Amino acid sequence: MTDTAFVRREMEPTLPPPVRTTGIGAWLKANLFSTPGNALLTLVAAAFVAMIVPPLYNFLIADAVWSDPEGLRGEACRFEGVGACWIFIQARLNFFIYGFYPTEEIWRLNLMFLIGIVLIAPLLIPRAPFKRTAALLFFVVYPFVAFMLLAGGVFGLRPVRSGEWGGLTLTLIISLIGIIVSMPLGILLALGRQSKLPAIRSFCIAFIELWRAVPLITVLFMASVMFPLFMPQGVSTDTLMRAIIGICLFESAYMAEVVRGGLQAMPRGQYEAAGALGLSKPKTMGLIILPQALKHVIPGIVNTFIALFKDTSLVSIIGLFELLNTVRAAGSDPAWSSPTHAVTGYIFAGFLFWAFCFAMSRYSIYMEERLHTGHKR
Amino acid sequence: MSKKLLLLAATAAMGMSTATAYADTLDDVVAKGYIDCGVTEGVAGFSFPDENNNWTGLEVDYCRALAAAIFDDPDAARYTPLTSTARFESLSNGNVDVLSRTTTWTMSRDTDLGISFVGTMFYDGQGFIVREADGITSALELDGAAMCIESGTTTELNAADYFAANNITVDTVVFVTRDEVTQAYLDGRCDAYTTDSSAIAAERTLFPDPGAHIILPEIISKEPLGPVVRAGDTRWFNVARWTYFALLNAEELGVTQANVDDMLGSDNPEIMRLLGVEGDFGGPIGLTADWAYRIIKHVGNYGELYERHVGENTPLNIPRGLNALWTDGGIQYAPPIR
Repeated sequence: MTDTAFVRREMEPTLPPPVRTTGIGAWLKANLFSTPGNALLTLVAAAFVAMIVPPLYNFLIADAVWSDPEGLRGEACRFEGVGACWIFIQARLNFFIYGFYPTEEIWRLNLMFLIGIVLIAPLLIPRAPFKRTAALLFFVVYPFVAFMLLAGGVFGLRPVRSGEWGGLTLTLIISLIGIIVSMPLGILLALGRQSKLPAIRSFCIAFIELWRAVPLITVLFMASVMFPLFMPQGVSTDTLMRAIIGICLFESAYMAEVVRGGLQAMPRGQYEAAGALGLSKPKTMGLIILPQALKHVIPGIVNTFIALFKDTSLVSIIGLFELLNTVRAAGSDPAWSSPTHAVTGYIFAGFLFWAFCFAMSRYSIYMEERLHTGHKR
Repeated sequence: MSKKLLLLAATAAMGMSTATAYADTLDDVVAKGYIDCGVTEGVAGFSFPDENNNWTGLEVDYCRALAAAIFDDPDAARYTPLTSTARFESLSNGNVDVLSRTTTWTMSRDTDLGISFVGTMFYDGQGFIVREADGITSALELDGAAMCIESGTTTELNAADYFAANNITVDTVVFVTRDEVTQAYLDGRCDAYTTDSSAIAAERTLFPDPGAHIILPEIISKEPLGPVVRAGDTRWFNVARWTYFALLNAEELGVTQANVDDMLGSDNPEIMRLLGVEGDFGGPIGLTADWAYRIIKHVGNYGELYERHVGENTPLNIPRGLNALWTDGGIQYAPPIR
């Protein structure tokens, strides 16, 4: 035994990593300039950002007109090099949201929105209580209450005809009705298309293929202009109602195909297992097939909803004043004429559309996460 | 193509139904208590929602005049915004009683569609805009100027014809879209640009400095804009047409919204007939004797309408030009009431 053995008793201090792998330089090299190709892309992207961002910042914020000490007038936005005219939005916000609805009755719309939010919240938040009650109230009672508040004419509420509904309110009304009606209708059509009964199957196929084959603009135009010509004299129906019916039927055809995609993804074994358990046809569908099939196609369903929400702006071609049309019409007021007020209005409308669609998209991702039960890849 | 088909189908359908069904619009209107008036979805000066969300503009005031004549209440009119594709169908299927929506009066529309033009509320047409600083006051002084024009439009042809006929040479600078034309003009690449004068006026309001540009008085093409009613209903047509004539006659006789009550005491027989002091000219068309008094009292005369919505003191600032009364060098002319 010699005692020349060396036993290290404490850790050698760790050396710093090589200079070339840390710090901002290394990060840049690894992430932005790892290959000549990436370096080129980085430079192009940086140039693009440098080109876009400063003018955008100037237009939207620095040169924008945010307030007018003399009280919201168009003149405030009339000068060379003006940016966004935000006071235009401020001045006409009520019009953009409520359309031509009489000012003194706007509380009715606010009340309608409030009730809607209170009822829909338990349906959207998984852990919230009172689901059954809320669902019953929202889908059965609420439509009547909302219609009563909107249209008036009962309980001493002043009647407001549908021509005066407008703005974001109208966009929401159309898309909400479209979503709520097209979903169950689409499921029924999808099931009908797979039915073994020839009459039902052919009807569903014909319905779906017919509605999917025509553009929405045609549907709206037919509904608003041609339809009244075919009706007997004296029978007049509301333009808005016709448009909504058109949109519901149109969207349900799309929804049907999305749901059918989900149904076709179901393995045969699921049907057989349900049969082996002695479940009847409706129970097989309701308890085994549909819950799984619908879960598979959540992205497709939400995709359709988002498309529907944006399609509502097409009703402007039949003279309905949804959000986009109110923005456009308000922009034609010569009292507000300025180089940028119209653009500002469009930016505002675009932002609102984006906000709603983004919210729907995030919610669908959340639902997918929550419902994923091992099929996720 | 689809538009043509629709028009065809609409016309066919109309042929079957309208002739009998809308036999008397005036009775229907009186029964429901208001006029359904088709307007644009927003054209500055002509019909647009103002800051209180009320429809306003030259064409809206025509509907208000009509409502005043019938109901003694200019607000007894409801406005239906119509797109240009849906306007004639909406009129023929009875959605609206009168169409007051920047509609150009042409022969094919007047004869093919089962509609009748009431008159010309606004003589529109191709005009020119120049910088005031250049000192040009007439299109005939544009010799040697650079002119921005949209390519491939009738605008281009009209301008070429006009300048050739007047022995004027201009350098035309051609662009594809209207926005490019406007921008090029603002950037100083041309001294003038040309398109329909009401459109020029609306675009000028979007300039950073609208006051520095003027619209020349010359109008070189015909775009007569006027209200439209369904054909075949003579009584309603007369009500609509004489409402328009009353506006013009009132201006010609100097009867304004402000002095109409004093004018009741006038001893000018023309004014007495207009205001219903003498004779009953409203009766035969289903109105009261003071129908024109109501119009002027509630809405004003044509000149007042013009100045209120598109005239010099509005942002649009369209010169009266052709729309002046015949007595002032324009072509607005109404037959006398007698």
